[in-house]
Amino acid sequence: MKKTRLIDAEGFRRTINRLAHEVVERHTGAEGVAIVGIRTRGEYVAQRLAKIVEEISARKVPVGILDITLYRDDLRGRLDQPQLKSTNILFDVTGKVIVLVDDVLFTGRTIRAALNALTDLGRPALIELLVLIDRGHRELPIKADFIGKSVPTSLKQQIKVMMSETDGEDGVYLADPDEDGKEVSA
Amino acid sequence: MKLHLKGGRLVDPVSGKDESLDLLIRDGRIEMIGRNLSADSSFRSVDLRGKVIAPGFIDMHVHLREPGFEHKETIETGCAAAAAGGFTAVCCMPNTNPAIDDESVATYVREKGKSVCDGLVDVYPIGAVTKGRAGAELAPMAELVQAGAVGFSDDGSPVASAEIMRRALEYSSMYGIPIIQHAEESTLTQDGCMNEGFVATRLGMPGIPSVAEELMVVRDIILLRYIPKARYHVAHISTANALDHVRRARKEGLDVTCEATPHHFTLTDEAVSGFDTNTKMNPPLRTADDVAALKEGLRDGTIEVIATDHAPHTIDEKDVEYTQAPFGIVGLETVVGLSLTELVDAKIITLYQLVEKLSTNPRKILSLPPIKIAEGEPANLTLVDPVVEWTVDLAAFHSKSRNSPFHGRRLKGRAIGILNNGSVRLS
Amino acid sequence: MKLKSRHLLGLEGMTKEELRLILDTAVSFREILDRPIKKVPPLQGKTVVNLFFESSTRTRISFELAERRLSADVVSFSTAASSVSKGETLKDTARNIEAMKIDMVVIRHAAPGSAHFLSRVVDANVINAGDGGHEHPTQGLLDMYTLREKFGSLEGLRVCIVGDITHSRVARSNIYGLTTMGAKVSVCGPETLIPREIERLGVKVYHHLEDVIPEVDVLNVLRIQLERQKSGLFPSLREYHRFFGVTKEKVSRAPKPITIMHPGPINRDVELSADLADGEHSVILQQVTNGVAVRMAVLYLLGT
Repeated sequence: MKKTRLIDAEGFRRTINRLAHEVVERHTGAEGVAIVGIRTRGEYVAQRLAKIVEEISARKVPVGILDITLYRDDLRGRLDQPQLKSTNILFDVTGKVIVLVDDVLFTGRTIRAALNALTDLGRPALIELLVLIDRGHRELPIKADFIGKSVPTSLKQQIKVMMSETDGEDGVYLADPDEDGKEVSA
Repeated sequence: MKLHLKGGRLVDPVSGKDESLDLLIRDGRIEMIGRNLSADSSFRSVDLRGKVIAPGFIDMHVHLREPGFEHKETIETGCAAAAAGGFTAVCCMPNTNPAIDDESVATYVREKGKSVCDGLVDVYPIGAVTKGRAGAELAPMAELVQAGAVGFSDDGSPVASAEIMRRALEYSSMYGIPIIQHAEESTLTQDGCMNEGFVATRLGMPGIPSVAEELMVVRDIILLRYIPKARYHVAHISTANALDHVRRARKEGLDVTCEATPHHFTLTDEAVSGFDTNTKMNPPLRTADDVAALKEGLRDGTIEVIATDHAPHTIDEKDVEYTQAPFGIVGLETVVGLSLTELVDAKIITLYQLVEKLSTNPRKILSLPPIKIAEGEPANLTLVDPVVEWTVDLAAFHSKSRNSPFHGRRLKGRAIGILNNGSVRLS
Repeated sequence: MKLKSRHLLGLEGMTKEELRLILDTAVSFREILDRPIKKVPPLQGKTVVNLFFESSTRTRISFELAERRLSADVVSFSTAASSVSKGETLKDTARNIEAMKIDMVVIRHAAPGSAHFLSRVVDANVINAGDGGHEHPTQGLLDMYTLREKFGSLEGLRVCIVGDITHSRVARSNIYGLTTMGAKVSVCGPETLIPREIERLGVKVYHHLEDVIPEVDVLNVLRIQLERQKSGLFPSLREYHRFFGVTKEKVSRAPKPITIMHPGPINRDVELSADLADGEHSVILQQVTNGVAVRMAVLYLLGT
């Protein structure tokens, strides 16, 4: 498998930094903003993002974690059941500006599930989507409001987001499957 | 019909013979016995090398359900199952409807037996001890004997009253016919449906304690000691302790005999774990210790008889919740295979002893004339292949019912044919 | 990871990993129960039938809530409303219901093994909601959940089940589940209500509450059925209460507070005194809440 690095650790830091500035800029001082990350890597992006937003805006920004397992449209017929984890949102989402955070935007199905899960928790004033990587190939009419980097990909390719919290390093890689077509795990 | 049985091993406890011999059979009689006999081409030749010729087997404990429960089994289907299983005679328990508690029912059962399956299987009725098997008044035992009853039992239920048991032993002693007891102290068994013990505890199932059997056997032995002329036979003995009491009573010289069923010496109560209702019978499957004790009893001769307690029930009757299911399983078509596999092949008893337990001993207990394998005598024979391996297949059963826990079990040895009353069945 | 069986018939034979998966999954559902909208979609389009051949309002309501909160379509029926009373067999009833295209069946029945039986005659997932004196796996799980929530871990936890062990499905499921998770389980009751050879399940047997109280962290008190007295298994309710009833006075002799559990419904001041049932160390109401979460977890794990 051929692996190309798209973003290194420094680029990673700068990307999140820029995204944080964009959020603060759009919502004048992050007034009423709460950040919700989608498990698993969206959660870490959200936490890092929130930290910087707080630094810039000198305002406390609530962070929550969303588990979308129960809202997935591919729950049935899977051989392996996804491990159900908790949603952990300790603030009332009603009336808030929610910045929904994920690492990669691909088909849009995860975001669809996340939107349903979020609206089951309350009625936010506004929901915006922030992603580190937009790799295209949408299957639903969904688009991101904040994008770290747009990467044109083929369906066979894989985007691997590594984060020090789970993977020991920060970085984004583009992986090509082997010529013999061997599957690579997501 | 003329047959030339060639090269079979004749195992005959009556004459004491155990050797390879040829038999010529003509019109249901044994014409000649000897080594390497030759016969003209009018004799059908049957190659029995490696096979066994034995006196016809008898199952002294079956439920053929007729009259009254013909949806489970009839005398005809029951006899077909017996013939397929290698039996030339069966004894029908009286828990029919009406019960075999008078001459007419006993005669009906016996005569019906003659009219089915080309008369291959002799059907002997067991008379009820009490009228309607209700446990209150003695059935007309003398009349029943005259009508062909070979034993008395209220099987399915015990003779619970000590007074009735006492009188039954006394009365039957005039005819030298045994009382066959379903040994169970019912106040201890209530709604029980499996052996009381660890497995029942695990499954939360109401239990049938082993002492229920033991107590009744002990009571009856004490009565027998008081009425030593009488003959007493314990049906389907299942517990080590009851068996011990029988062993001691026999040493004492009392006329006590007992039988074991193939399921009781093959399976333990562990088999109930999957809640298969084909593991539900009364007495229930017991523990590994009990199974070991039964095998020892079979080995040392305390258990003289192997009987099946063939108890057919329809699929619908058995395919219900465990506690609701009726007790009992069919056994006629698996007993020879199970006995050969579990006892003979496992070197618990010899083939010779097995023939005693399936033929000579029960006939003796029931005062039936011994089967003579001699020139000029009628041919009443069971042919056995002691080594053929086969798989029990319920779909192939001749019985009307299919309630057996042995479906799919690999067995070594089976009956391959019978000859009786001038008829022949070879598989 | 997935559960090995497509049915939940009992906790006997389930591995530590499987039990942990159910309990961990239940944590997520427990959180949902505190939300304003307590409904999530994973069983959308699935139909669950609750077959209750024995009345049990609590267990049925708990299952129904769990099913509805997972967005399943739910049909419940109990003996009175069904044709079982007309002589139809369990098999017929089950086959008929299945012919109506259902996905899961929850069954409560008086016969041990009835859930096993059902799992053999229908294709749907079967969840045992109590089969006679055999098992009541979701009750066992919710008891384990409640204890894990309170004590952090079940390993080494000392739990005594008090009362009629012989006829108790709750006792068996607790014994199977807790011993697998490493808890130290004992039982306490009159000898006539302790089944033979129960020690072989890895539990210690007591007959006197004063012996067991100093030795345990938890008393799980079982409901005593009056009919057991009628069938001669103990002399009177008064005597039962005096010698096997759990009271404040008796537990006050413990070196540290004992957690009180009860599967409900309670015979107040018979097997358990009212002040203990409502006291600060009682987790009886938590058990009820957690029951919904645990049942959601089981339905979710089997149904998706």
